[in-house]
Amino acid sequence: MLSDITLGQYFPARSPMHRADPRLKICLTIFAIVLIFSAGNFYALALAVGYILLGMGLSKIPLKLYLKSLKPILFIIVFTAVLNIFYGTGAPLWQWGFLKVTKNGLLSSLFVSIRIVTLILASSVLTFTTSPTQLTDAIERLLRPLSRLRVPVHEFAMMMTIALRFVPLLLEETDKIMSAQKARGADMESGGVVQRIKALVPVLIPLFVSAFRRAFDLATAMESRCYHGGEGRTKMKVLRFGGVDWLILGSAALALGAFIALNTLLPPSIVR
Amino acid sequence: MPILETKNLTYIYGQGTPFEKTAVQDVSLSIEKGEFIGVIGHTGSGKSTLIQTLNGLIRPTSGQVLLDGKDIWAEPKKIRAVRFRVGMVFQYPEYQLFEETVLKDIMFGPQNMGLSDQQARDRAYEAARFTDLREELLEKSPFELSGGEKRRAAIAGVIAMDPEVLILDEPTAGLDPRGRDVLLAQISQYHKERGNTVLLVSHSMEDIGRTADRLLVMNSGRLAALAPTKEVFSRGRELEEMGLRVPQVTKIMQELQGMGWPMDPSALTVDDALKQLIPYLKERGRQAGRTSQTRQTRGGGRDAL
Repeated sequence: MLSDITLGQYFPARSPMHRADPRLKICLTIFAIVLIFSAGNFYALALAVGYILLGMGLSKIPLKLYLKSLKPILFIIVFTAVLNIFYGTGAPLWQWGFLKVTKNGLLSSLFVSIRIVTLILASSVLTFTTSPTQLTDAIERLLRPLSRLRVPVHEFAMMMTIALRFVPLLLEETDKIMSAQKARGADMESGGVVQRIKALVPVLIPLFVSAFRRAFDLATAMESRCYHGGEGRTKMKVLRFGGVDWLILGSAALALGAFIALNTLLPPSIVR
Repeated sequence: MPILETKNLTYIYGQGTPFEKTAVQDVSLSIEKGEFIGVIGHTGSGKSTLIQTLNGLIRPTSGQVLLDGKDIWAEPKKIRAVRFRVGMVFQYPEYQLFEETVLKDIMFGPQNMGLSDQQARDRAYEAARFTDLREELLEKSPFELSGGEKRRAAIAGVIAMDPEVLILDEPTAGLDPRGRDVLLAQISQYHKERGNTVLLVSHSMEDIGRTADRLLVMNSGRLAALAPTKEVFSRGRELEEMGLRVPQVTKIMQELQGMGWPMDPSALTVDDALKQLIPYLKERGRQAGRTSQTRQTRGGGRDAL
């Protein structure tokens, strides 16, 4: 079923990660990604990976779901890994024509794979533990300085909220329309590429029609409740920086210190 | 032999996720050919899931669905053939219309069955007749029709496949009272003429009472009853506990019986009720007239004294 897609989906649970301030979580995710990409040796990388694994552990979300979120990008991981194997410098361990495998190539391939995997895992921690509303709320707050430059931050955040809100709705709708067309004998599982694309027409047309209908309905509903943009608007749930957040922030500072130490004191793992 | 049977049918949504939910649990039932079955149950009782397992749109987690005695999932590759034999009209079916013209849309099902253009066209005209779509509408775009017309066009799209079993999920939802009556009459007419099996899901006890031979009652994912309509509606208390009720007119007759009036409490339609009420009230009126007359004569006599 379509609703099985997990990338970017919120999973409610009670955990410190769920309770943490979404602004902090966004910053931390960026922080973790920066760490991963600036790690020069395996020790520093291990520290960054460990930090992300800690976040995953604290999120109380089954490991299975994290693995599922890796599935769509499995191809990219394998592709870059293979490419990296053959692009190393230094003495070849194995050679066949112009293809040669070096120790350096193997190492950098491993390095890159770990980077991509942890990149996805880090952002999964964020999206699994933060509801879309919290997420856009936090983004709006973080980008607020930009409104000084006349960037319509609130409007962008609202558009994002609406878009995110409509994803599950449209998925559900697609499911319904597909069922209805299947009930009339539409065949969507077999045939060649052209046939499959053709088979989508009976789903896409009603889907577009309904998306427009919903958009108009929503606009009317918002207008009839006097929505006029962000000016003077207050929040029902005001974001607060609490005890958990200070703890997390402290741990991040510690991790950063250790990371810089490892990165500068120990030699890089891959010599270019 | 029953045309449709289920054996220990269970369906669990989102198995293995935090959203896991048992929608249908251990349902065994059997439906005979040519029956008109009303399906009732409050929102979330599992009736929508149940009917979707009947034509193979949902594969049961465990248990079987038998069509003409054969397990429909015996050969998963041939599940489309099952969907042609068990036609399904979803809630708000007008949102599935997509073709350039109404006619083409109605022909979509028959064409998927592998019928020729001519055959599909014949089927479409026939289905349009059942749902009372005027011929000039058939050449219009489905998006130009009114709400009620769209609904009927969508239903025609399923009827055109001439399924042995027709399942309709709340076909009258959102229609005005007249549209409701007309559509129900058309469905009844279709059932009578074709002799096909019909399953009608509805929240309107009045609609169900008027049309169904037997009622299938779902309650929190389980089969609460599958019995003749009058029998089910005679158990008003139980229905109310399940968040359902009996038709208003049946309720009135039950109350009248409770007051000591000699009423048959299983009347399902206003006409049924009137057939009992009018003769009884006339009789009462006559008696009342007689007693008041006698009183008058007696009184008159006293005056005379």
